[in-house]
Amino acid sequence: MLGRTLREVSVALKQGQITPTELCRKCLSLIQKTKFLNAYITVSEEVALKQAEESEKRYKQGQSLGILDGIPVAVKDNFSTSGIQTTCASNMLKGYIPPFNATVVQKLLDQGALLMGKTNLDEFAMGSGSTDGAFGPVKNPWSYSKQYQEQRRPQSNRKREGTDWLIAGGSSGGSAAAVSAFTCFAALGSDTGGSTRNPAAHCGLVGFKPSYGLVSRHGLIPLVNSMDVPGILTRCVDDTAIVLGVLAGHDPKDSTTVQDPVKPFTVPSLSDVSKLCIGIPKEYLVPELSSEVRSLWSKAADLFESAGAKVIEVSLPHTSYSIVCYHVLCTAEVASNMARFDGLEYGHRCDVNMSTEAMYAATRREGFNDVVRGRILSGNFFLLKENYENYFIKAQKVRRLIANDFVNVFNSGVDILLTPTTLSEAVPFLEFIKEDNRTRSAQDDIFTQAVNMAGLPAVSMPAALSTQGLPIGLQFIGHAFCDQKLLTVAKWFEKQVQFPVLQLQGLMDDCSSVFENETLPSVSVKQ
Amino acid sequence: MKAQTEVLNRRCVEAAVMTGLALNCHINKKSLFDRKHYFYSDLPAGYQITQQRLPIAANGSLTYGVFMGNKQSRMATKTVRIRQIQLEQDSGKSLHDDLRSQTLIDLNRAGVGLLEVVLEPDLCCGEEAAAVIKELQLILQALGTSQANMAEGQLRVDANISVHHPGEPLGVRTEVKNLNSIRFLAKAIDHEIQRQINELESGGEILNETRSFDCKLGCTVPMRDKEGKQDYRFMPEPNLPPLVLYDSASLPAGTESQQVINIDQIRDALPELPSATRERLVRRYGMLPEHSFTLLNEVGLLQFFQNVMKETRAEPKKVTSWVLNTLLGYLKHHNLAVSESPVTSSALAELLDLLDSKAISSAAAKQVFEELWKGEAKSAAQVVSEKQLELMQDREALEQLCQSTMEGHPQVVTDMKSGNPRAINKLIGLVRKATLNRADPAEIKDILERLSS
Repeated sequence: MLGRTLREVSVALKQGQITPTELCRKCLSLIQKTKFLNAYITVSEEVALKQAEESEKRYKQGQSLGILDGIPVAVKDNFSTSGIQTTCASNMLKGYIPPFNATVVQKLLDQGALLMGKTNLDEFAMGSGSTDGAFGPVKNPWSYSKQYQEQRRPQSNRKREGTDWLIAGGSSGGSAAAVSAFTCFAALGSDTGGSTRNPAAHCGLVGFKPSYGLVSRHGLIPLVNSMDVPGILTRCVDDTAIVLGVLAGHDPKDSTTVQDPVKPFTVPSLSDVSKLCIGIPKEYLVPELSSEVRSLWSKAADLFESAGAKVIEVSLPHTSYSIVCYHVLCTAEVASNMARFDGLEYGHRCDVNMSTEAMYAATRREGFNDVVRGRILSGNFFLLKENYENYFIKAQKVRRLIANDFVNVFNSGVDILLTPTTLSEAVPFLEFIKEDNRTRSAQDDIFTQAVNMAGLPAVSMPAALSTQGLPIGLQFIGHAFCDQKLLTVAKWFEKQVQFPVLQLQGLMDDCSSVFENETLPSVSVKQ
Repeated sequence: MKAQTEVLNRRCVEAAVMTGLALNCHINKKSLFDRKHYFYSDLPAGYQITQQRLPIAANGSLTYGVFMGNKQSRMATKTVRIRQIQLEQDSGKSLHDDLRSQTLIDLNRAGVGLLEVVLEPDLCCGEEAAAVIKELQLILQALGTSQANMAEGQLRVDANISVHHPGEPLGVRTEVKNLNSIRFLAKAIDHEIQRQINELESGGEILNETRSFDCKLGCTVPMRDKEGKQDYRFMPEPNLPPLVLYDSASLPAGTESQQVINIDQIRDALPELPSATRERLVRRYGMLPEHSFTLLNEVGLLQFFQNVMKETRAEPKKVTSWVLNTLLGYLKHHNLAVSESPVTSSALAELLDLLDSKAISSAAAKQVFEELWKGEAKSAAQVVSEKQLELMQDREALEQLCQSTMEGHPQVVTDMKSGNPRAINKLIGLVRKATLNRADPAEIKDILERLSS
């Protein structure tokens, strides 16, 4: 049951094959068993069971709220959840319990979804590995997969058992691990520079970044206000569409959401791609790209071409400036957004009480990790009066150029851009931490962050397993507010690719009843 | 709240546009919001949202009146330029408890919308500043955008003061805060001007600092905590798109009126501003401009005046005089607000009617007023009859009384005939006494003069 799609489980609930409470308990049990992944910071067992009880009542009375009623979901721990600890994986907010729900959380709850818990992340969503949080790193479930264990390269100097696990990607690694390990059917992530798409690629999931302005950010603890969006992680495109249909729409509490009304939709099954034009940005072919990903990218392009689509090379000329531009704008906004954490009203407060300034300084040094502090310092530097023009304003202008690159390409007849999501498959944690967070982010965000700067919708689709048996994802980028069209193309790709299901070793015996099919049932889903 | 996105309050924008129009400003059809960053315990977000780059209104003016001369009897009109009006957020309130070396922070007002009006340095003294602020209060109250009560913090005023020799550029300025009444505002400004002059004349220099007005000491003192120049690291507010306002010409077809703000619509709906009210009073009732100022400056006085006018037949000039001199005089003497006046507008109207119909003399009227002031819920007519203050209506009887008085005081009559002004007053006094003060002195005089001619 846990390996099914959202839609299939929903049908099962409706038909009484399983009750919300049973489903909830199965997920909670699996969360316990996969605790070593460290995907969850808080497991909201009581809350979930209570919600399951209420959902069950509704099903009994034939008054279910919709497809999401009774479906277990997880939420990244930078979304405010009323009455449930929200930490952003930081000491600064340990024990902080918000008095309200983020709009997107409320929307899920209003549809009857069961909140399994708050997932782990890089501290304040800064990072690409989910390794730099106050609650420890997240382990990629694929580290323990049959596929990886069987096909991995033998280590030259093999480390101790259990220390060579792989990163889940970041910063929404916890959400990705939670969905990937079947502990829930969908999870909310956030995406500022690729934080939903990156872990999706490393964990073999559909990682969707909606157009900026489509989904409310109210209640999402901000990193970069002008780039953040809530992201959706699921195991298939249909599931993404279901969740997006619930979340999208204007929120009066968020002035950056668009006014146009949005209706829930089902992703059509595309049979004919001959009218499609796929663009391959040449600047994304960088030397650091692993040969496996490069080859897969090429194969995907061929896939579209042989099916009749037009596949052309395009140019996004300002690509090489985007990392630096992103860095300036991101750190500036971070410096601003982090100013509210002073220890006065909530969260961590140090013991120093000589003066307000001393208290602020000590609280912030103790509460934030190096990554966060580094970005705050950089950001404040760029915002100084003498630097503002040369850095911030300049970066805004470059951002406009980067956004225009996309506009120009899309205006020339290209429907969708196809790019890699990451440079390579997931790497072992011990290798990942050899470089610092800033270096890693700069490297890993390369394919994803320009999309945030342009506010476009994008999705990372699992494409194939690497020679080591690990997921590799490819990214599709669409026109602004053409999220549905993007998902349509993604679904076509999903059907062609038939990405294999994660086979979790060691858990197979315990939960053999949990997994019924071996391939992702994207064909058998009834619309 | 950690993750709240800021939303613009429509009413605040409307208030800003109304105020901008009332102050003759240019309303910017597009204005922007910025974050001003600094750390202070009453600023929970670590930044304040304001409009530093492009405010909602700019380049306006405010015309005000100042009393001139020693007797403060003449009014001159002056104008102060408005540099800009901007929307911004309020911070919380800090309550310093020096006794326990702690500061208490009240966050209730943090985030509430504020309107900041920035004036150009066109004012020269405390009196002008006081007059400007008074006029601004009246305008805001007329618009309904604020009650502008300084004591309650609804209107906060900071003064920037500098001195310079004529012809030279403006001197270094100090900012004076903690002014919570118009009186203190004027006092603080005048004190600071003198302090700066003294300082410069004795060879010192003025620091660009923030000072607080200490009302007990009656002087300005340097404020702690705000030393040194701060770099506020201004950054555009990413959660608030540019504010776009429309007028009838630029309004896109088919837009719903609740979705947008139409400057022309707001302009058409502006209520009568104080200057227009005063002009109307002068025109309609023939009162002096000074009177119109006083009527508006005193809370509730205009309404009182208008109520009396409605109910009485008396001439406007009479009403004006009674309201501004008698009533206001009593109120000031007893330190009462108009709303606390024991004499109601109806009672005064009745009194003025009696006076107008010559049922009582003006001296008697003053007596009646005093009696009414006691607030014993008697009507003017009741007081008149109780105290037997009615004017003698019988002219013949009065003539007879004058005649008999003259006969009884031949020496005084002789003095009168020889042009001694005191003599006639003595006779008038005697007649009045005889009539138990129920005769109009003017009429007595008239009869005496006729009888003695």
